[in-house]
Amino acid sequence: MCLAVPGKVLEKDGMDVTVDFGGTRRRARADLTPDIVVGEYALVHAGFVIQKLDAAEAERTLEYLREMGEHAPD
Amino acid sequence: MHLTEPFGDRALTQPLVERMMSLAERLSPRQVRLMEVCGSHTMSFFRTGVRSLLPDNVTLLSGPGCPVCVTPNRELDQMIALASLPNVTVATFGDMLRVPGSRSSLVQARTSGADVRVVYSPMDALTFAEADPSREVVFLGVGFETTAPTVAATVLEAARRDLRNFSVLVAHKLVPPALRALLTSGEVRIDAFILPGHVSTIIGAQPYAFLESEFGIPSVIAGFLPTDLLEGVVGCLELVAYDQAEVRNRYARFVRERGNVAAKSVLEETFEPCDAEWRGFGVIPESGLRLRPHLRRFDALERFTLDLPEPREVHGCLCGEVLKGMVSPDECKLFGTACSPENPIGPCMVSSEGACAAHYKYGAHRAVKV
Ligand code: SF4
Ligand code: SF4
Repeated sequence: MCLAVPGKVLEKDGMDVTVDFGGTRRRARADLTPDIVVGEYALVHAGFVIQKLDAAEAERTLEYLREMGEHAPD
Repeated sequence: MHLTEPFGDRALTQPLVERMMSLAERLSPRQVRLMEVCGSHTMSFFRTGVRSLLPDNVTLLSGPGCPVCVTPNRELDQMIALASLPNVTVATFGDMLRVPGSRSSLVQARTSGADVRVVYSPMDALTFAEADPSREVVFLGVGFETTAPTVAATVLEAARRDLRNFSVLVAHKLVPPALRALLTSGEVRIDAFILPGHVSTIIGAQPYAFLESEFGIPSVIAGFLPTDLLEGVVGCLELVAYDQAEVRNRYARFVRERGNVAAKSVLEETFEPCDAEWRGFGVIPESGLRLRPHLRRFDALERFTLDLPEPREVHGCLCGEVLKGMVSPDECKLFGTACSPENPIGPCMVSSEGACAAHYKYGAHRAVKV
């Protein structure tokens, strides 16, 4: 249930963000990471960003999830 | 899935595998029992093939790490009863749908006409409530510290928008008190814990300090990639071998010492700790959450009166024992016979992160039955 997936923040409008998960885009909320900005990487769980990520680490995790065919945030 | 298949970077995993083997040998003939607390770890250990690499004297026990599995029948019955009320829409994460309560499941309620909707985010429930003010929308708040802040933020948003037809059935559970209950009961011997990565992303490493100071049990916070899982095992074996009981953070790229401070403050603003019932454990002190008094108007149990019979358990299902690490799923007589993912009898077989489902899916049942 607490699967969380990293993605890159493309847009931010107040607490609403759009996150790109290696091609799939989804909307999420930034209430739990209010200082995240466009271009940063985000760990998303249940429609909320739960942590900001270092770009290199996020890429490594994304790459692995792509290999495993598991990058959709569900 | 074995290590020959895509497995991240072999150059990174191979030294860890070697280190694991040499530590296990050093510890031999001692049997080392590691508990992976988190259901996502249970699945990841199987899926990546890391589980099949474990040395003979290292045993992995699955713990109470899936919120779906630990939700007791009393709460499931409440969810199903709420869904069955006229004019109520229930919004829930998909994992809850097929979990049997005492007498039926949410999916059965839906077949009988209840409005049960699966959502990806608790915010979707707010959208439903705003779209139709004539209906009551209840969100089923299930999950550990990873999920609870998302529900907390949603409740605060509902308060900001002054929504009158939205409420939450709060069934959240907290991980550290469950670990304490497990150790205090003394029912199972555990040498070290592999601690959940995403729960720790929120709470940080600090709340686990009691494992060391009160129980002398080492633990490692780990992630979900093959290297993370191996580092979790290696970290535990090192600590056990050198008789050190510290809490190690091997998921530092996501987990800070103090966790996510903003998320913790949203949690704190919304909820206060309360005693809560867990499947298999009974009531664990201060292991659940309830809305703070100024937000109680969003509490579904205050808004609706439910008069429910006492919950009952399915005869023969060992989920409670599985969740405490006392038995392995294949020790349940129903495993793979009466109980399978197509026809699950207990939540541990329903949840995609349940220990029974993981053992079944990855063929542990076949290994036993042949
Ligand atoms: S809900 Fe969290 S702790 Fe539970 S299984 Fe999922 S990732 Fe692990
Ligand atoms: S096999 Fe089925 S009945 Fe047995 S413990 Fe697991 S979920 Fe419960």
